[in-house]
Amino acid sequence: MEFNKPADQNLFDRSKVVGKPHTRIDGPLKVSGQAPYAYERHDVVDGQLVGYPVGSTIAKGRITSMNTEAAKKAPGVKAVVTTLDIEPLGIWDYNAARLFGGDKVEHYHQAIAVVVAETFEQARAAAALIETSYDVEQAKFDLKSEFERLQGTGEPDTVGNFDEAFAAAPVTLDEVYTTPSESHAMMEPHASIVDWSDGGDMKLWTSNQMIEWGRQALAKIFSIDPDRISLESPYIGGGFGAKLWVCSDAVLAAVGSRAAGRPVKLAMPRPFVANNTTHRSATIQRIKIGAAEDGKITAISHEAASHTLLGGSGENAIAQTPYFYAGDNRYIIHHPVEMNLPEANAMRAPGETAGLMALEIAMDEMAEKLDMDPVEFRIANDTQIKPGNPMKPFSDRHFVECLRRGADAFGWADRNKTPGGQRDGNWLIGHGMAGAYRGAPTMKSGARVRLKDGSLTVETDMTDIGTGSYTILAQTAAETMGLPLEAVDVQLGKSSYPVSSGSGGQWGAASSTAGVYAACVALRQQIAERLGLEDPRFEGGNVVDGDMETALVDIAQGEELVAEDTMEFGDFKKNMVHATFGAHFVEVGVHAGTGETRVRRMLAACDAGRILNPITARSQVIGGMTMGTGGALSEELALDQGRGFFANHDLAGYEVAVHADIPHQEVIFLDTLDVSATPLKAKGVGELGLCGVAAAIANAAYNATGVRVRDYPVTLDKMIDKLPAI
Amino acid sequence: MKSFSYERASNAGQAAARAAEVPGAMFVAGGTNLLDLMKLEIETPRHLIDVNGLGLDKVEETEEGGLRLGALVSNTDLAADDRVRRDYPVLTRALVAGASGQLRNKATTAGNLLQRTRCPYFYDTAMPCNKRSPGEGCGALSEGAFSRQLGIIGTSDSCIATHPSDMAVALRVLDAVVETVTPSGATRRIPLEEFHQLPGDTPEKETALMDGELITSVVLPAPVGGKQAYYKARDRASYAFALVSVALIRQPDGSGRVALGGVAPKPWRRPEADAELPNGARAVMARLLDGARPTEENTFKITLAERTLASMLAEE
Ligand SMILES: Cc1cc2nc3c(=O)[nH]c(=O)nc-3n(C[C@H](O)[C@H](O)[C@H](O)COP(=O)(O)OP(=O)(O)OC[C@H]3O[C@@H](n4cnc5c(N)ncnc54)[C@H](O)[C@@H]3O)c2cc1C
Ligand code: SF4
Repeated sequence: MEFNKPADQNLFDRSKVVGKPHTRIDGPLKVSGQAPYAYERHDVVDGQLVGYPVGSTIAKGRITSMNTEAAKKAPGVKAVVTTLDIEPLGIWDYNAARLFGGDKVEHYHQAIAVVVAETFEQARAAAALIETSYDVEQAKFDLKSEFERLQGTGEPDTVGNFDEAFAAAPVTLDEVYTTPSESHAMMEPHASIVDWSDGGDMKLWTSNQMIEWGRQALAKIFSIDPDRISLESPYIGGGFGAKLWVCSDAVLAAVGSRAAGRPVKLAMPRPFVANNTTHRSATIQRIKIGAAEDGKITAISHEAASHTLLGGSGENAIAQTPYFYAGDNRYIIHHPVEMNLPEANAMRAPGETAGLMALEIAMDEMAEKLDMDPVEFRIANDTQIKPGNPMKPFSDRHFVECLRRGADAFGWADRNKTPGGQRDGNWLIGHGMAGAYRGAPTMKSGARVRLKDGSLTVETDMTDIGTGSYTILAQTAAETMGLPLEAVDVQLGKSSYPVSSGSGGQWGAASSTAGVYAACVALRQQIAERLGLEDPRFEGGNVVDGDMETALVDIAQGEELVAEDTMEFGDFKKNMVHATFGAHFVEVGVHAGTGETRVRRMLAACDAGRILNPITARSQVIGGMTMGTGGALSEELALDQGRGFFANHDLAGYEVAVHADIPHQEVIFLDTLDVSATPLKAKGVGELGLCGVAAAIANAAYNATGVRVRDYPVTLDKMIDKLPAI
Repeated sequence: MKSFSYERASNAGQAAARAAEVPGAMFVAGGTNLLDLMKLEIETPRHLIDVNGLGLDKVEETEEGGLRLGALVSNTDLAADDRVRRDYPVLTRALVAGASGQLRNKATTAGNLLQRTRCPYFYDTAMPCNKRSPGEGCGALSEGAFSRQLGIIGTSDSCIATHPSDMAVALRVLDAVVETVTPSGATRRIPLEEFHQLPGDTPEKETALMDGELITSVVLPAPVGGKQAYYKARDRASYAFALVSVALIRQPDGSGRVALGGVAPKPWRRPEADAELPNGARAVMARLLDGARPTEENTFKITLAERTLASMLAEE
């Protein structure tokens, strides 16, 4: 099916299941430990061995030798494969790091060997016995000096004449902001079981957000036919973008399986999540804004840099700036800087997360210079088109409504406006807000449905990374087929199922529900034809046409009806900008003595099209707000600038927000429908909740103290010298 | 992890004797620190002596009016003990500021005192570390290294690590004494002040314990009263090691005691700094942190210590 024009009134506008608050259908399995994650799939194949990786201990250079003798003789060891044993493996299209093979080292903890043994303990102990010598090459890890060198170079995206407009503006801002490298730090590290025992067909049970990408990637990495690869990933213990890719867990398990002639399972040790897999790159961003006295932005420049391995794109912190706020004169450019650090790649809301961390502080600073309420300043600069391009309207944008609804619900008008002017015991109290923007792409998505005895099974290679896919897909199918939710069984994450959008870029929910809808429509047609009906309704478990009612249970009398289709999104969508919007409001306390910042309450108002399930959508948004709290206040992959590696590579050192950091959270969804997004008029929310929240916290900390911190995370050491005497 | 043998000890004296006799033996209590270190091969014992069955898991009153805290009392039980909460509140506050509920359920009094540093270079065996491999050099002291969390005083050119315990800071301000049994069966009493050692040229040597010596208990002297407080400054609200922590006992006349965590290789206290308490935080820190040698990344700890104490003193 092709979605080639905006949706009319349709069955989702009269919905009974979609949009209703259903708890997750996979919830009971998860809380009772019965949803098996990749590393726990002991029953899928016999004779599993365990692999353990060895990582490079330098950032750049060549391996001159590896001594594996002791490891090979160690108890239980079945195979040892080093990177010197095989030719450099291929690199897939969306990646930059070579996962294995050859003597070249490009980053710390690059996989250089795998040890396969009978037990985990044996493999780990043997891995520690491998001795490696290197020719170390010098490398540079200073993003700041690279940025200074690059400023003003390259080919910016421009509108009008920024320099002139900025020079003429009565009120201006010119500041530099930094965000640190961040780790996805999901609960379940990358893990795979691979059976490639005979070097023929490759079977994987893994933890991956994108099944088909995974298959294509493995095919390219190993130069084999994708049809020989099968992949399963029904449950994923968090991904946040880290599992969009095949990582070295799968590659090492495959290599190990081939060498040992048995299936091998391998989970990344925690430090490898930081230094072997991908992360969000650090950024440095210079923002200049010029505005007229009335608060209208006349000039905006956003110049940013981030690090990446050769061939990668880093963290595109300027992503939102061409779209979010009005302004006739613009200068926007991102400089990827090559650096021998682990691969920088997508992490939840890639681009916008880091970009809004900076831009939304800049907006706060501008509002202050203009003596305007930061909410009103943003409203004054709302735009319904892509600035500079009247031919590119937003499909559906209610940013102003988010700001107003959010401000009202939060009690924004009652806040203390003088920085440092409100106190509660030892705590300085502050309020801050920020806008949220995140693109709402859709990707072609397929599904198959099987109807037997009145029960429907949905099959698609879509994944549920903890987001609620199982539930919203069941709701979509139930709605379309007129069945109760309990009559629908959703099966996900297998490469034998139709190719879906997968989970990434907050396109998953919008795209995969559309795909399931397409498959259900195909089944409805099949049933209609079978019954010789033109356009029957499907409701209450029946096919209804005039007075005639046939129960779905009776239609095929034991036979299974199968239909499959893929939703494709037509070119008409390219004439407009699809995005989601939000406004975050936060109250913080900053300890007057220590400078510790703690969030006291937070609220987000979101415009993201039809909300398919308010429970799972809210979970996504509060999860984003939680992640943003970590990003604002504590998360930083600490770079050792001399050696080029992230030194705090475990969950004791890399501090994500914990329960005690997260107090009251409130989420408001606007009742919006984006008719040109999908037939369900839905967009994603999985990333929106993270966008802007860190800046709202930073702005609140400023309001509390009068100390402006432009370098994340906003830790006490960046304020303490400037706080008033006790 | 290297393979190791394992035994359960049932008698403290024998446990100590066995520890000295079996090559590469170590005690294991809650295992919350030791097992992590073994997995990373930072500790590589060849033999583990499990001391959980020694019956050292009680809190008892001493004849002097104090408390004897068994070496195996869990941090959770110790923090919840009525007598501790009433007479030594600084200890309860320090304990509950440490680690997480789950860890505190397993962590023990002796294990907590003997936990190793959280220096990230100590934790990465690919990095040089004098504490882990004497003579290798210090990974945290090289150009561009990450030293924000590390020590500012009592450190040396060979090691700038801190002792990460919260509990120990409270014990130090309470003048606790560590009781041990040696491999020969003798018992010793080591004031906490002398228990942890400064790194000097031998950062691998962290305590006054001799090989095989077993901690049996920690004794708290009779309660000293006063207002007791523990404040732990950190980047997140829970489950984080201290950037700086302050244990404070303050008497009605303004005199008192103060010890710091997160700044030194041991809980940091100086009598001459205690004496300055009536004169305020600045005066205390001028003495307590005299001679500090912070890195560029952790100089803030000096200001932080002073401001933390100042806000605690201002609280009344
Ligand atoms: C993620 C994480 C966060 C943490 N956060 C904090 C924190 O914020 N603050 C804090 O204070 N602590 C923190 N801890 C550390 C925790 O308090 C210690 O791990 C715990 O106290 C150690 O006690 P244990 O009984 O488990 O010791 P074990 O791990 O069993 O042993 C530790 C050491 O003590 C030795 N030992 C044990 N018993 C005896 C004995 N009776 N005599 C002689 N030697 C003995 C062992 O041989 C070993 O060397 C944290 C730990 C983790 C893992
Ligand atoms: S500070 Fe001490 S523990 Fe850390 S690397 Fe240096 S020697 Fe090792």
